[in-house]
Order: sequence, then structure tokens, then C-alpha cells
Amino acid sequence: MTSLPKRPSAKKLGLVIDLDTCVGCHACVVNCKEWNTGGYPAPLTDQNPYGKDVSGAWLNRVHTFEAGEGAEGRTIHFPKSCLHCEEPLCVTVCPTGASYKRDEDGIVLVDEDRCMGCGLCAWACPYGAREMDMGVGVMKKCTLCIDRIYNENLEEVDRVPACVSTCPASARHFGDLGDPNSAVSRLVAERGGYDLMPEQGYKPTNKYLPPRPRRDASTAGAKPEALDEASPEGGFLGWVDRLLSAV
Amino acid sequence: MPLLPDARAVETSTPVADEVKTTTCYMCACRCGIKVHLRDGKIRYIQGNRDHPVNKGVLCAKGSAGIMQHYSPARLTKPLKRVGERGSGEFEEIEWDEALDLATTWLREIRDSDPARLAFFTGRDQSQSLTGWWGQQFGTPNYAAHGGFCSVNMAAAGIYTMGGAFWEFGETDWDRTEYFMMFGVAEDHDSNPIKIGLGKLKARGAKFVSVNPVRTGYSAIADEWVGLRPGTDGLFVMGLIHELLKAGRVDAGYLSRYTNAGWLVIRNPGGADDGLFLRDADGAPMAWDRARQLAAPALDPQTRPALKGQYDIGDRTAVPVFQLLAERYLDDRYAPEAVAAETGIEAATVRRIAAELAEAAFEREVVIEQPWTDAFGRRHERMVGRPVSMHAMRGISAHSNGFHTCRAIHLLQLLLGSVDCPGGFRYKPPYPKSIEALPRPTGRARDVHPKMPLPGPHLGFPRGPEDLLVGEDGAPRRIDKAFSWDAPLAVHGMMHAVITNAWKGDPYPIDTLFMYMANMAWNSAMNTAETARMLTDKDPETGEYRIPRILYSDAYYSEMVAYADLVLPDTTYLERWDCMSLLDRPISHADGPADSIRQPVVAPDRDVRPFQDVLIELGARLGLPGLTKEDGSPKYPGGYPDYLVNHERKPGMGPLAGWRGADGSQSGKGVPNPDQLGAYVDNGCYWHGSIPAEARYFKHVNRAYLHYAVGMGFLDEPAPVIAQLYCEPLQRFRLAARGHGAVQPPDRHRDRIDAHFDPLPIWYRPFEEDVEGVDGYPLHAVTQRPMAMYHSWGSQNAWLRQLHSRNVLFVPRAWAAENGIEDGDWVWVSSRNGRIRVEARPSDGVNGNTVWTWNAMGKRAGAWNLSPDAPEAHRAFLLNNLIDDLLPEREGGYRYSNSDPVTGQAAWYDLRVKIEKASVKEAGEIAPLAPAVGRPKGLPEAPDELRFGEGFRPRSRA
Amino acid sequence: MHPAYSVIFFTTASGAGFGLLALLGVLGPLRLLPADRWFGLSALFLAFALAVGGLLSSTLHLKSPARARFAFSQWRSSWLSREGVASIATMAIAGVFAIGWVFFEATAGWWAAAGLLAALGALLTVFSTGKIYAVLKPIRQWHDPLVVPVYLLFALATGAVWLDAVVAVLAGGSVAVGLGTIIVVIGAWGTKVAYWKRIDQGRSPSTPESATGLGSLGQVRLLMAPHTEENYLQREMGYRVARKHTAKLRVVAGFFGLAVPVFLILAGWLLPTGAAAVCAVLAALFVSLGVVIERWLFFAEARHTVTLYYGDRVG
Ligand SMILES: Nc1nc2c(c(=O)[nH]1)N[C@H]1C(S)=C(S)[C@@H](COP(=O)(O)OP(=O)(O)OC[C@H]3O[C@@H](n4cnc5c(=O)[nH]c(N)nc54)[C@H](O)[C@@H]3O)O[C@H]1N2
Ligand SMILES: Nc1nc2c(c(=O)[nH]1)N[C@H]1C(S)=C(S)[C@@H](COP(=O)(O)OP(=O)(O)OC[C@H]3O[C@@H](n4cnc5c(=O)[nH]c(N)nc54)[C@H](O)[C@@H]3O)O[C@H]1N2
Ligand code: SF4
Ligand code: SF4
Ligand code: SF4
Ligand code: SF4
Ligand code: SF4
Ligand SMILES: [Mo]
Repeated sequence: MTSLPKRPSAKKLGLVIDLDTCVGCHACVVNCKEWNTGGYPAPLTDQNPYGKDVSGAWLNRVHTFEAGEGAEGRTIHFPKSCLHCEEPLCVTVCPTGASYKRDEDGIVLVDEDRCMGCGLCAWACPYGAREMDMGVGVMKKCTLCIDRIYNENLEEVDRVPACVSTCPASARHFGDLGDPNSAVSRLVAERGGYDLMPEQGYKPTNKYLPPRPRRDASTAGAKPEALDEASPEGGFLGWVDRLLSAV
Repeated sequence: MPLLPDARAVETSTPVADEVKTTTCYMCACRCGIKVHLRDGKIRYIQGNRDHPVNKGVLCAKGSAGIMQHYSPARLTKPLKRVGERGSGEFEEIEWDEALDLATTWLREIRDSDPARLAFFTGRDQSQSLTGWWGQQFGTPNYAAHGGFCSVNMAAAGIYTMGGAFWEFGETDWDRTEYFMMFGVAEDHDSNPIKIGLGKLKARGAKFVSVNPVRTGYSAIADEWVGLRPGTDGLFVMGLIHELLKAGRVDAGYLSRYTNAGWLVIRNPGGADDGLFLRDADGAPMAWDRARQLAAPALDPQTRPALKGQYDIGDRTAVPVFQLLAERYLDDRYAPEAVAAETGIEAATVRRIAAELAEAAFEREVVIEQPWTDAFGRRHERMVGRPVSMHAMRGISAHSNGFHTCRAIHLLQLLLGSVDCPGGFRYKPPYPKSIEALPRPTGRARDVHPKMPLPGPHLGFPRGPEDLLVGEDGAPRRIDKAFSWDAPLAVHGMMHAVITNAWKGDPYPIDTLFMYMANMAWNSAMNTAETARMLTDKDPETGEYRIPRILYSDAYYSEMVAYADLVLPDTTYLERWDCMSLLDRPISHADGPADSIRQPVVAPDRDVRPFQDVLIELGARLGLPGLTKEDGSPKYPGGYPDYLVNHERKPGMGPLAGWRGADGSQSGKGVPNPDQLGAYVDNGCYWHGSIPAEARYFKHVNRAYLHYAVGMGFLDEPAPVIAQLYCEPLQRFRLAARGHGAVQPPDRHRDRIDAHFDPLPIWYRPFEEDVEGVDGYPLHAVTQRPMAMYHSWGSQNAWLRQLHSRNVLFVPRAWAAENGIEDGDWVWVSSRNGRIRVEARPSDGVNGNTVWTWNAMGKRAGAWNLSPDAPEAHRAFLLNNLIDDLLPEREGGYRYSNSDPVTGQAAWYDLRVKIEKASVKEAGEIAPLAPAVGRPKGLPEAPDELRFGEGFRPRSRA
Repeated sequence: MHPAYSVIFFTTASGAGFGLLALLGVLGPLRLLPADRWFGLSALFLAFALAVGGLLSSTLHLKSPARARFAFSQWRSSWLSREGVASIATMAIAGVFAIGWVFFEATAGWWAAAGLLAALGALLTVFSTGKIYAVLKPIRQWHDPLVVPVYLLFALATGAVWLDAVVAVLAGGSVAVGLGTIIVVIGAWGTKVAYWKRIDQGRSPSTPESATGLGSLGQVRLLMAPHTEENYLQREMGYRVARKHTAKLRVVAGFFGLAVPVFLILAGWLLPTGAAAVCAVLAALFVSLGVVIERWLFFAEARHTVTLYYGDRVG
């Protein structure tokens, strides 16, 4: 049902992505593809896989941005998948009822058996988180790995999204953002986690942690700026004996 | 069917696999542990193995794309014999018997006449303990793996300085370090461990400084980015050393106990012993005892070494190493102001970083409450660490001054006392090893005879000129000129020089070039176009190829395949046994040694064989000593698995260290255990030893560790590994250059040796910068590893190539603005060696004098079973075409390899270029375009669409 | 946004069809049109053909048209679903209306009620079409209060031009219908000009800085896209057309969609019946051509916020 749940669910499962830690390795991107091409949305097809104009369906992507000018600026790797918005137009525009937001945990899913591939939901998503599968002809999107996080065939520790479990730098966190005491909510509070494009009004569940300020010439202030010269008496090597006598 | 949907039931507990097999990833050389989930014999999912010591459950992009590598349409399917011209890709398929017969005939002929006419070089090989040993049994001196063009500068500088190295043999104490400096690293072999480590630093708030002209990847998340000019790290580091010395902020205790800071160096200008250590009658180094005021054995714990001064010793004088070191680096040449212009780093930054290093090292000591005893019997109640750590790789290594630069970094670490202490750099077993414990190279004329094995390993660590592999006349004995006066400490060989030298017949011609797992006709060649020309060049008189025969094993249709006369198709990494041995490149980490295996998780569906099996069979057919029994029958009829279990390098020591002994109860040493591989498989395909707590730090001088290492067979004796601030072997070469000693360099080498074999680290401009006319090439050009691609193999991978199927040249934004270059403009990039046309993109995150691109993106049209119009061939490029493999002619016409003069390390990143805007008409395609190759017989036509995973879909679509 | 030809054809044709239907539904009962069955049959057939043809063409744009049947289910939330429901309902009612007109030559009483209802349904259908675009916040040029009026006015304008053509061919023409047509056509284009002004002056509230949340670090620029070749999002939303082209195309659209038809209608008044009929039909064809260009621009000029992640400065 493409009407949104009457009340926002208490449980809001989502991701928290730490832009201060992401090295842009694309591990989350490919592991997502790997898991999902054989999972709930299987397959994620690829067109011209060995030719010109290769492209395919991906549910998660990493962009790289530069912000600011020159050496003072920053390079930021920026992963992005569905943000499982609280007020997602992608759901309400869907004419077939294929797109829906789950009452129980807020996950936004596509029921492919109903999707007619009109693409309207992709237009409705400001974030580019919907992905028309050109081979199958239906809309795909991040499922928050619904077939992992509740999968009883997996060990408890493995019941996290593929992208989270594979991220080598631990830049991705998964949890209940509806619970203010969850680890992810605390992380968001501590680090000033924020929403992408809040002005669009979709109220994304996923949060981004900003890059921490640099600790370099521009900020080092309190640190010793330079070392004091050792006692000049006895020449530059004068201090050696003193150091050694302590040994 | 209801028109209106009800609350949807989602099947959340779909079964993932009907079988899970563990093995080791080989999408790169990091060797992470994986679990392969299989459904109906097909690979459903590859997951990181959480228990594995290397990756602890994580998997990188490449590892996750293993499925696509395994099912790649570029996989070779059958042995191939060339029928067309070399390079055309025209082959006929032959049976294995014919292929092995042919190879045996070629090889037997060589072995029976002159084994040196075989050049056997292996690339991304993780079986070097097998391939090297095979080469030794064959008897050719011409064997090496790819280390010479990769990172031998790091390995050599590390081993000669402190018996361990950044490359493979060491790691940062991620859990304890407070200040981490990374020099010139984009990805490294320790891919996942470094990322895991950086994640830990971030979580703890430890400071991370990245020294790198480019600000991507790791550097992007650094707390401080030092974007220096390429090739100047040595100066920058010496600037830091200058500051620390000036302020007296060094760990004098550590230096005097665990380094050669107090050893006496003879001062006898012009003498044959000038610059050598003062030694006693037994050859033990001496120090000046401060208390007794006399020269005493430096390693005697009673000796209180003086670190400064000048002492009369009989007819000569001697000074402690530290005195020499201080004299050198306190010089104003290394003052922050003096290094600023060359490095592009402000003096204030050098000062501040030196101060931060000192603060972290000496005011934030980390202590582990763990008593330990050093090699000299001194008991320490706790382990006190200087939590400053460093890591460096190819940004340092791939310059012609890389060896000394890397030594300078080690010097900095040692001055701070941060080698193998809590919070510092840590050795990974089986290292540390001092060069005294390592072999010398083998391959002189007296070592090479028809039908005879080589009496020792090819590669080793020369102590001085007498260990060089040169003839009476000083001419090289190896085809790559490793261990010659061209590159005396070429401890990994010089694979990048083989094709040029073989083509020239310098120092001698060869018959067969036998290569394995190296794309030498393409991205691992300097001067790619020229390399292809040499591989296809014929002697006009005989009409024969100048390199008469090329034998090659690859698993895929790489560019190199087209140049082979006989192709031995390998399996994929999921179809064979492999071994990551402690005899080779260890997967150990600082708290314990470890090794691992691959097991076949799926059976090949093509007529391919594991190369190791093939090599063992060839050995048996040739009757090589180690590979046949007395009666001539094969020693390892079971192929590689048989060898892995039963081969003993020394009694009780074989390829695998785990589950040795008849009942599998021993580690390290023990008689072969027939069930060893089974034990590995049961344990997730790895073995992991654990170092006792008292032995985990200060391993180089920790009595408990040294005994542990002897017990495990890593060392023969529990001798401490004293760090060599002053590297005496270098001085021995220098003395030879000055006319001393029995082994003398030909005159034309003397100045070069004298200049570059300084026993203390020096900095000089990379050679390319001293080339005449370099002013015309104002920009540095470097490459970086893309994290999601492994050299050339990634492009056949349907998933990975969607991330990178072409590259652009990133140029500094300010420079671009000045020169009218905008995003998407096409430019001509030229060097003294060539000219290419590429697409440019301005970026702020790069040093103002530097341009860069991703490594190994460009592909030859038709290779890798990509369609010939693929972007990899038309919009992606290699910088390799611009990099000369030789330095310009010197007086006398001789051309040295474009390499580090000490180690022979290929100097990829010395490259200098100039850039001009291309015309609008020229935009849109790279130039020059390499001619296309055809698709060999047997390779399938690549599909237009992939629906991988469709069969695993839990439910069908309406 | 990538101009999808099936959608452009669909909105143009079905707009004209429903516009014509709305006019027939109102003008028929008001007896402003001939109650003649042949007139009714021709005009209603044309309206049906345009509407149904348009709707069918819209399914070409579906990747899985077999599941289009589900598209009527979400009328409670989805304007596309509402459009579908409204169009079917409108057709059904219009069918009833047509029975009266064609079989009984009757457009009064209950038949009139059916006509008025059909007209309302037709307008609702077009309203829904407009709404499909107008609710899409990520696309500033579509999320505009003038989008729905423009859709409605263009439906009426194109419907009117076609009506004028039918009247000219079958009933010898009508200055009143022509005059009315000219007024709506001018009204539609006038609103469109106002719309163009608005989108030229407006700014998306979203920027690369808000899209990434990195504005505090300075200006945000894309260094590397996630894929080196174009992906679905870039192909679908990344379509760009240069300003100077759009300016030219706007003039071309107005020329064909406004100037030419108005001229032809006016010319028809001065010409003999046969020639006037030809002019009226030509006017209808030209209007449609103008609207096709207008619709193409509607897509081509629209910028989706997703492009902010792919190097665009403005969304
Ligand atoms: N994903 C992936 N991983 C790989 C590989 C791969 O192809 N792909 N290859 C493997 C191999 S064979 C190797 S050798 C390792 C190499 O791993 P790395 O050492 O990480 O090698 P590069 O990518 O060459 O990165 C070198 C870095 O040095 C910088 N640099 C260049 N010149 C200088 C300089 O003068 N000073 C400093 N400070 N920095 C400089 C470059 O900008 C770049 O960031 O990676 C291994 N791991
Ligand atoms: N410009 C520039 N050039 C460089 C570098 C650089 O930084 N810049 N880096 C240099 C360095 S450090 C290195 S190490 C080299 C790397 O260059 P190469 O050693 O040439 O590495 P690859 O391109 O990975 O080629 C390895 C070959 O092994 C094959 N292969 C893969 N898997 C298997 C297998 O299972 N069995 C067999 N038999 N074959 C297999 C692949 O198909 C491929 O042909 O490049 C060097 N070239
Ligand atoms: S896996 Fe982690 S570090 Fe790598 S790109 Fe994804 S979020 Fe960033
Ligand atoms: S990110 Fe896009 S696809 Fe995901 S819920 Fe929000 S609007 Fe929908
Ligand atoms: S593409 Fe599928 S999920 Fe998206 S709006 Fe259309 S029917 Fe709904
Ligand atoms: S949660 Fe799962 S589906 Fe979503 S991006 Fe991560 S791996 Fe992909
Ligand atoms: S780093 Fe990646 S590719 Fe390399 S072994 Fe580990 S998972 Fe495999
Ligand atoms: Mo390498």
C-alpha cells in the first residue's frame, strides 16, 4: 500500500555513515551488489557487462567530492543508498502499490511482483536511491538487507546489512534510529549526525556523520609549535651525555 | 489475485547456501580469509571470514567481486600454441600432453646445455617458495619474482636497517598508537588490515598524518595532509630528524641498547677500513665504554657506549655512529627552512610535526604491565612504548632515491625508539631477521652448470662486493643484472629489466623466457609500446624472434598471453590448492605467525590445470633433483597438495607451519603430517600461532621472542637484531668504488657507487630530475592503486569495471586555471620518452606540481575478452608509455636501468611530463591506440547481459 | 530529465483527447454543437482515439506493462493511479454520453448529465496528469503551481483546436468556436510563458552543499562519480540541454503552437469552406506539434536534485 503508515513506526531501522572514516573503497558497494543479486531483489542485472556503455543495477554507490579550496579543502568519499525516509514521496507516488514502507520497522521496499516499471518512484526520490533494473524491468532499491537482518539461517552476528558487515574501516553503522538510546542514535547525537537535503522534507532515517575538523596548521593552535633547542653549551651534542647518564 | 495489496509478508529467512567452504581470497595479494557460500554447486555469496587473522570478517570491493572473476569470460580454457605472429592472438588449442611435451623439450635442451638460457620470472605469484626452489633445481641463475619493480626499496631498506620492513613484514600497533604517519600509500598489500587499522585510529582519536602529493582514499581522511612534491620525502624526514636532534628529543637509551648508535666507525680517510666498524679479533663490533674509557665489545651488556666524541684506537681514530649521524643531520642543509623550497612544505609545518612527534613519543608513553627480558639479560618490569608509528610504501619505493628515503624514515622511527614497542611499528613473524641470518645470492659462474641445480637460493642479501653475482670483468651474471654493479642490493631481482636485456642480449642472449602471472607486455612494463616491439622483434638475418621462446602461464586472456608461444592455462583461485607460506610472504601479524591455504571450492569446467601442479610435473619430467626420487619417478605424484604436505625445506620445516608432526600436534617444525591439509580446511584454511605475552614487543631484542623464533624455525640462533642506523655493507661497496678490496667495479660504475652507497641515509633528486632538458617537463606524474581494482585483472570483472572502466588525468586546479584547462578537456601529455592523449580533470587535492591517474586502467582492444570498442581501450590509458625503462645515455653510451642505484627498484614515480591542450577534433579518444588483438579459440563470446543470481531468487515474479 | 517520447506523445495526445471530450461534454448539452449523429460520432471518436492512443502509448514507457493492471489500485495516494482511474471512469461515462449523441442524437436530460460528468472526468484526468508532475518535489521545474494550470489549459486549447477542425470539416466552420479556440490557445501559451519566467527565475532549494551536507567546508564539487560510464540515474535524470537551445525551442514551440494555428484559424474565416477546413485541420496538427515541442522542453528543462550528486551546481 503506497499510503504511508498512519503513524511513523517506533522502530526506524537505518544506517549511519561516517564521512570522517570512509576511505571510498567501494567495498560496501560491491558487497551489496553481491548479496542482493542473489537475494531478495535477485537478480541485479548488468547490461553490456563486457562491452561499451556498461551499466547495471546497483543499490549503493560511492561518490567522491572535493569541498573547499586548495590545500585547505577536503576530499570526501560519500556512500549513498536508500535513506528509508519517513515521508518518502517515492512510496506515495507509486500507482501499483509495489512501493511501500513497512509499519514494523520503517524499511521502504519494492514488491517486484506488482511493479510495472513506470519509473515514477525514481523521479520522486531526491537522492537517486532507486534503480530501474533494465534487464528485469522492475524497480530495485536498497532493502536494508531485509533478508539478512532477520534471517534465521544466519548466525546472529551476521544479521546486519551486507554493506555494514563488510566495511573495512567501520564507517557504516546499522541500528534503530527510532530508539534514542541505541548505539547509532548516540553516535548521531555525539557527532552531530545530519540529514541530506532536509529542505526536501522527506525526513530521511539514515544519518551522515560529518568529517571532523582537520588537525593541522589551521587548527593545531595549542600544540607546541616547535621544539626548544637543547642546551647549546657543549655544542649540539652536549645534551647527549646528560641523556645517557639517565639511562 | 487481489487488486488491493494486503500487508505484505516478506520472506526474510531465505536459505543462503547449502554448503559453505572456507578458503583464501585472491582478488589481490592481501590474502583475506573467505567463506564461499554455494548453492547447487554455484557460488551464491563470498563473505569475509570473521575468525581470520587478516581481515576479521571484512571484505573489500575486489574480494566481493570474486564471483565475477571466477565466472569471467576471459578465463583461458585450454593450452594454446601460437600459430599467428606474436602479439596477434592467433593460437591453436592443444592437449595438455602435447603442451607438457613441448615445454619439456624446450627446457631439457636448455638445462642440458646452459641453464642460464632460461629466464624464469613470476609476477603476482604467491608460490614463490615453490617457484624459486624449482628454478634452483633447474639450475638457472635467472629467477625472480616481481619485487624488483614493486617495492624492493622498502624491503631492502627495512631489512638492512632493522631486519623487518613496512612491506609485508611489519605493521602499526593500531590499538595503541597515538600518532600515525603514512608516507606514499594508496592501498598497499595490507589492504584490509590498514583500513581496519585506520578505522581504529578514528574511533580512538589518534592523529593520522598522511604524507602524499595526492589527497584521496586514506589521505582524504587524514587529520593532516602533507601534500609534498614527489620524491622529496627524504628531505622532509631529514628535516624532522634535524629538529628532533637539535632539541635532543630522541630516545638515547633505546638507541644505545638496541641500535648501532654507539658502535665505533673507523675514521681513516683513504684507507681500506675507512668507515667500517671497529671490530675485535672475533669480528664483534666495538663501542667506546664511557665508564672505562676504552673500546669494548658493543654487544656486551657491561659496555656503556658513548654516543659522541672521537676516540683514538691505536693508530686510527673512531667515532660512534651517533656522532656521525648527528653531524650529518644537524647540518643547516636539513633545517626546516632549507628543505622547504624543495619539498614544498613550510618550515613551520616541519617544526610543528617534529614537536608533535616528540610530544606523542615522550609525553604519551604507553605502558603494558608485562615484564620482559632483553637479549642481553636485562630485565624490564614493564613494556614502555613510544606511541608513534609509521608506514610507507610505493610513494617512497618507486623513486630512484627510495632506498635512502625509506632508510631515513626508519632512522626517524629508531631515533624515537618506536620500533616494535607498544604503540609503534611492529614486526610480523618470521621477522625480524638480521641480514646475518639471511642467505647470500647464488648464481655466479661457478654455481651454474648443465644438469645441475643451483647450490643455493637465487635471491639473498649481499654483505659486500664479494657477494655480487658478477664475472671477473665485473659484468652481470644474471639476465636482469641484479646483484651486479648496476644494482648491488637488488635483493628481489629486476624483473622489469628482463625483456630489454634479453632482447639486447645484454649481458647474454637467452632461449626461453618463462613467465607466470605477470602482465609484462602491458601494465607491469615500463615503456609498454617498446616492450611489445622487443617481444615481437626478429633478427633480420635468421628471421627468428630475438627472444626465441616465450612460455607463459595465465588464468585469463591478458595482454601478455598474445605474446606467448605456448600458454599454460591456470585455474581460478577458487579451483585450486595454494599456500601462503611463512617461507615466502607471510600473512602473520604482530602477535603471531600465520599461514594459510586455498582449497578448491569448485571444480574447473575447462581444460585447465593449477600452475603449481604443472610446474611439479615439468620438474618430474625433466628429472629435477628435488622433484624426482632416486629411481627417477616423480617425488610428488599427488601434485601441489602432495608437495605442500611432504616437501621439507630443512628437516621438519615445510611450506606449512601448522599441524606438523605425525599426529599434527606441532607448530613450526615437525615431520610431515599426512592429514595436514585436512586440519587446515577444518580450521578455515589458515593456521595462526600465538606469541607468548612477554615476547610480543621488542621482538628484535626480546630474549623470549628470539627463543620462540628459534623454536619455530624462524631463526637458527637467538641472536638479537640490532638496528643498523649506519649500514656497513653500503660502505663496503663504497670502499670498492674507491679502489679497495678484491672485487672491483668497472670504472664506469665507480662514481655512481661512491655517490649512492652512503652508509647513512642521503637525499638526492630522483634521477629523472637531473636529466638534461627536464625543465621542459615541469610536472611530476604518478599513479595510484584504485581500491576497487587490482592491476590489470579488474577490467574483466563485470562489476568492478562498472566502477572504473576508464581514467582521467587529475591536474592541479590552480595550474589548470592558469593553462586554460577545464574539466573534460583532452590534453597531450609528453615525457622524454613519449606522448599520450588523455582526458584531464582539475582537482584541488593534489600537489601543485603534480598530476596523477589511476594505475593500470588502459587495456589493449580485444584483450580480456572485452569488446574491442570498450572504454578500457579507447578512453583509458597507462602512464607506462611515458616511462622509460632506461636512463638516458651516459658518457660511453651506457644506459642504466631507470631504477634505484642501490636496489634496482623501478623508478615509476620519477616521471616528469609536460601538458598541452589537445585540439577539439582530437578530443574523445586516447592516443596512441594499441592495435587490437583477436579472441583466441576456446574463449566464449561474452554475453550482452548478465542476470547473475536469478537462479537464487527466493520466489518467482508474478 | 530525459525526454521520454512515449510520455510526450501520451500527454500531448491524451491531453488533446480529454480536452476535446471536456468541450464536447459541455458544449454538446449546451446545444452549441450540432446534435447530428455524424458530427457526434466523428468528434467523440476523435476524442476517444486521442485519449486512448495516448494512454496506450504511455504503457510503452513501462518496463513491465503486463503489470499495468495494478496501476489502478493506489488511487488513495498516487496521482498516476488517480489518473488511470479517472481516465477509465471518464471513458465509461463518455461512452454513455456517446450512446445518446450517436444513437439517439440526444444530448439533453440524462445524456447531458453524462456529458457534463464526462467533461468533469476529463478535466480531472488532465488535472491528475498535471499533478503527477507537480507533486515531484525533487524536480523544481515540475513542482510549480503553474504546472497543473498549464496542463489543463493546453488540454483545452488543443481540444479546442481539434473541435474547431471537426466543426470546420463537418459543419462548415464556426467563427464563435474559432474565436473561443483562439482565446484558449492564447491563454494556454500565456500561462506557459508565465511558467517559463518562473522556472527561469526560480532556484532549487537544494544545492550540492545541501545534498551532501558538506557546505560548511566550502563549495562542493564532484571529483569522481560512482561509475565511469553513465548509470540509470544519469541517463534518466541527467539529461541536459543548453540554454540557448531551449530559448530557440521555446520560440519554435510558440510559433507552431500559437502563431501558425491562430493565423490559420483567422485565415479560415476569409477562405471558402473547403480551404477553411484544410486550414483548421492544419491548425490542429500545428498546435499538436507545438505542444510536442513544449512537452519535450518540459522534460528537457527539468532538473532533478539527483544531478547534484553528479556534478551539477543547480538542481
Ligand atoms: N586495490 C589494489 N590494491 C593493491 C594493488 C592494486 O593494484 N589494487 N596492488 C598491490 C601492489 S602490487 C602494490 S605494490 C601495492 C602498492 O600499494 P601503494 O604503496 O599504496 O601503492 P600506490 O597505489 O602506487 O600508491 C602510492 C602512493 O604514493 C603516492 N606518491 C607518489 N609519489 C610520492 C612521493 O614521492 N612521496 C609520497 N609521500 N607519496 C608519493 C601516490 O600519490 C600514491 O598515493 O598495492 C597492492 N595492493
Ligand atoms: N605506471 C605504473 N605501472 C606500474 C605500477 C605503478 O604503480 N604505476 N606498479 C607496478 C607494480 S608495483 C606491480 S606489482 C606491477 C603489477 O603488474 P603485473 O604483475 O603485471 O600484475 P597484473 O596486471 O595483475 O598481472 C598479473 C597477471 O596475472 C594473471 N593472473 C591473475 N590471476 C591468476 C591466476 O590465478 N593464475 C595465473 N597463472 N595468472 C593469473 C592476470 O591475468 C595478469 O595477466 O605493475 C607495475 N606497473
Ligand atoms: S566500505 Fe566503508 S570505507 Fe569503503 S566506501 Fe563503503 S563506507 Fe566507505
Ligand atoms: S531515499 Fe529515496 S527511495 Fe529511499 S525512501 Fe527516501 S525517497 Fe524513497
Ligand atoms: S516503478 Fe514500480 S515501484 Fe516505482 S512507481 Fe512504478 S510501479 Fe511503483
Ligand atoms: S543495506 Fe543492504 S541493500 Fe542497502 S545498501 Fe547496504 S547492502 Fe545494499
Ligand atoms: S584485500 Fe580484498 S581482494 Fe585482497 S585478499 Fe582481501 S578481500 Fe581479497
Ligand atoms: Mo607491486
